[in-house]
Amino acid sequence: MTARIGVITFPGSLDDRDAQRAIRLAGAEPVALWHADHDLRGVDAIVLPGGFSYGDYLRPGAIASVSPIMREVVDAANAGVPVLGICNGFQMLVESHLLPGGLIRNAHQQFIRRDQRLVVENATTAWTSEFEQGEEIVIPLKNGDGGYIADEETLKRLEGEGLVAFRYAGVNPNGSLNDIAGLTNERGNVVGLMPHPEHAAEPGFGPDTPEAMRSGLDGLRFFTSALARVL
Amino acid sequence: MPKAELLDPQGKATSGALARLGHGRFHDVRIGKRFELSVDGEITDEVLAEAKQLAADILSNSVIEDVVAISVDGKTVEP
Repeated sequence: MTARIGVITFPGSLDDRDAQRAIRLAGAEPVALWHADHDLRGVDAIVLPGGFSYGDYLRPGAIASVSPIMREVVDAANAGVPVLGICNGFQMLVESHLLPGGLIRNAHQQFIRRDQRLVVENATTAWTSEFEQGEEIVIPLKNGDGGYIADEETLKRLEGEGLVAFRYAGVNPNGSLNDIAGLTNERGNVVGLMPHPEHAAEPGFGPDTPEAMRSGLDGLRFFTSALARVL
Repeated sequence: MPKAELLDPQGKATSGALARLGHGRFHDVRIGKRFELSVDGEITDEVLAEAKQLAADILSNSVIEDVVAISVDGKTVEP
């Protein structure tokens, strides 16, 4: 039996199906979960997908972060279950205080969509163990509210404790402090990032690489990492 | 309101527009939000305390925003 990884669909989620597909491609069984339930259906790991839950009303991720199933997600995260928040899911993680800081409108006010180079800063988390420390990867970035901010003290702690999981390589796309693209918690089971690993998981549909167009598969290793962790 | 020390991209873009229109004397525009909540019956201290709690916990995110005022019938009662 393989691992079962749940993907929670919220009203306005866009990338839930892509995340399910990436999970299947990684060799795990995707389990569709619904925001209004109080039931994680016994999954081994959880993905909060990208999109625009509740139309980004109030603040991106804010209303989703208080939806019924998030109570179970917070409990599971605190119990060590791997949780990955992608884009809007990352915004939910900061809104529910599973990760520190906040995400604000991109500094240049533009929605940005591009293949993004990232440096893996922490390859010991539940979602990054299949990467090398310091490895450079490319996965798509697409958001309007991706500027990571935190107070000076929090930033110092994140840097000091190795909790920055991913950093933007090259030009900072959105004004994120310290070029932070993704974070992990102390335990390493919760990871959130703005770019989209689920869009770089299938040959023919990923970012371009020097070898071939749309052949980038760096995102797949997020899911194989989780699979390795829970099996 | 977005915290003063944080970049407010919407405010910055609006500042630029004002300058282009010849109103450059107004600078550092900052854009916040106003929520209007209705409640039946009297606004007791308990109701107000609950509203204050909501403002801090859900309506704003203290990491990136400050609650600058709470008003009842247009009169500021907090802070």
